[in-house]
Amino acid sequence: MAAISSARTLYQKIYTSHVVGKLNPSTDLLYVDRHLIHEVTSPQAFSGLKLARRSVRRPDLTFATMDHNVSTQRRSMDAAGETSRKQLEALAENCAENHIPLLDLTHPDQGIVHVIGPEQGLTQPGMIIVCGDSHTSTHGAFGALAFGIGTSEVEHVLATQTLPQQQAKTLKIEINGELSAHVTPKDVIMAVIGKLGTAGGNGYVAEFCGSAIRAMSMEGRMTLCNMSIEMGAKAGLIAPDDTTFSYIKGKAHAPKAEHWDSAVQYWQSLHSDIEAVFDQTVTLDASTITPQITWGTNPEQVMAVDQSVPAPDSFNDASKRDAAERALAYMGLAPGQKLTDCKVDVVFIGSCTNSRIEDLRAAATVVQGKQVAAGVRALVVPGSGMVKRQAEAEGLASIFKAAGFEWREPGCSMCLGMNDDRVAAGQRCASTSNRNFEGRQGRGARTHLVSPAMAAAAAIAGKFVNIAATGNVPGDQA
Amino acid sequence: MSKIFAQGLVCPLDKNNVDTDQIIPKQFLTSVSREGFGQAMFFDWRYLADGRPNPDFVINKPEYSGASILLTRANFGCGSSREHAPWAIQQSGFNVIIAESFADIFFNNSVNNAMLLIQLSKTNIELLFNRCAQGPQHWQIDLQSQEIMFGNNAAMGFNIDADIKQRLLSGLDFIGSSEQLKPQIADYEQSRKASQPWLG
Repeated sequence: MAAISSARTLYQKIYTSHVVGKLNPSTDLLYVDRHLIHEVTSPQAFSGLKLARRSVRRPDLTFATMDHNVSTQRRSMDAAGETSRKQLEALAENCAENHIPLLDLTHPDQGIVHVIGPEQGLTQPGMIIVCGDSHTSTHGAFGALAFGIGTSEVEHVLATQTLPQQQAKTLKIEINGELSAHVTPKDVIMAVIGKLGTAGGNGYVAEFCGSAIRAMSMEGRMTLCNMSIEMGAKAGLIAPDDTTFSYIKGKAHAPKAEHWDSAVQYWQSLHSDIEAVFDQTVTLDASTITPQITWGTNPEQVMAVDQSVPAPDSFNDASKRDAAERALAYMGLAPGQKLTDCKVDVVFIGSCTNSRIEDLRAAATVVQGKQVAAGVRALVVPGSGMVKRQAEAEGLASIFKAAGFEWREPGCSMCLGMNDDRVAAGQRCASTSNRNFEGRQGRGARTHLVSPAMAAAAAIAGKFVNIAATGNVPGDQA
Repeated sequence: MSKIFAQGLVCPLDKNNVDTDQIIPKQFLTSVSREGFGQAMFFDWRYLADGRPNPDFVINKPEYSGASILLTRANFGCGSSREHAPWAIQQSGFNVIIAESFADIFFNNSVNNAMLLIQLSKTNIELLFNRCAQGPQHWQIDLQSQEIMFGNNAAMGFNIDADIKQRLLSGLDFIGSSEQLKPQIADYEQSRKASQPWLG
């Protein structure tokens, strides 16, 4: 009889190390190391807690920020309207009452929850991190098991610092080889979603590995894990390495000097064992990935920017054919059309996917010395106060402003248009965000997801551009 | 033993990948209450730009008025984690959703609101849509025996996680049942502090 292999995947290692106890044969109670909260999905959780006379078990492991519905024009609680103000005030009150640290609008480091977690050193390898937001998968870039939860679960975590879970299946996404110039982690994840589909990751935790992943910066890895949810994966994961450790070192909440070495020693054990068996494996050759753009109304409706919009008839599956037909009608596109012939009205550079310093550098490199095309409204919304200050110090903000971009305050902004940053009906937007759903950026808005460099190039040209054909290599002026 | 979890009119929503932005658009998320989302369900599909109900949208059709079982396709509830989505569906009178598959977070959120989500094979979903094409359907859902009963002794079985079934049948308090493990939580915290002091 063959010995049962003790080899485990990274996911299984993190999962088992967090089991507090069993609730029933199939469900474990897992401990949560970090609970990030924001104004939109927490107020009902706090009300529920109060109603049941429960208290917050670990306010010291809970961190709050204001991001989803804040104005990006000025730092004032009432700048995005009356109902938004009430929600922001509720968060401030709930945090004060329960002694939860809050980065509010007056805090210089306030920003999008998935940008500030890592920046503050709150995100560390081996942790379980949850937040009432689906893009919590971002933190998986650090080798943390991080996933989005609903408000009832937020209440559960506030009360117990734990969450009932069942083991997910494991999916290995191995990407080897070198990315071509102009191809970014955003293009990689969009290509992966195109291959697997929006439901391809349902029930799985996806681990990204391979030489192309190792070569990525933390910012790039965050972009990759951020969009794991767009293929339905419960979480995205990347084993931590020296790139991870040097990113964390010295951050406000990073392990202090006396614990640093033991922390790193533990983190180094956080990788899938060589013999670990995954439920599914997908491999991609990095060199074959080209700049991507979505043409439809879900992230799997994606193509290389130099391709033509597909004809619904080209899909064998009837439901995909219907979806394509509906999408083309909504997007105002015809089969065979080139998006590089397509005029853009709005350009949005921001969101938890692409609002970090590296994203802004890539966009600024394309923009430098040029002007936003007439008739195009272009916004840059940095992900946090730290990103904003750094971009200003590096001169990126001046490049954007000189070119005619609006340079905004940090927040989720036009990714979901909960504040007043919206795309009007029928307008076409080149967006560095993560969802091209109908109405996501505003009722009737037509969203095309692209990388920061592609968005910047679209702003200058007034239409979509194949960045790989422009000869303007992002980063070559650095 | 039979346990009728729900019974009522079925509304067929023939779409794949219905995302939570469609189920409840962003402008309704600024509320601090758990109530009042019913009228906002499927807002952009349900109402025309001038605010009148869209007569072509299935939920607005008179024959589906009062429906309590929603039949749909694959990957229902994908996208944003907003629990406002199941709240909106529940507050519109639905407490059962039958689909080929559901997005993970939406599924958990719905169960946490005592809704029953039934996952069936593509073939069986097709059979159910075919039934609906013949005219409005009234079905009973027996959770104990795990059957959708169409009347005239016709039925279709379904699988459900034993733990979820138990929770739905007994109405167990989500937080309360975990709180029974409070001593283990305290033990875990102790050992966590000892082995990984940097975690706080």
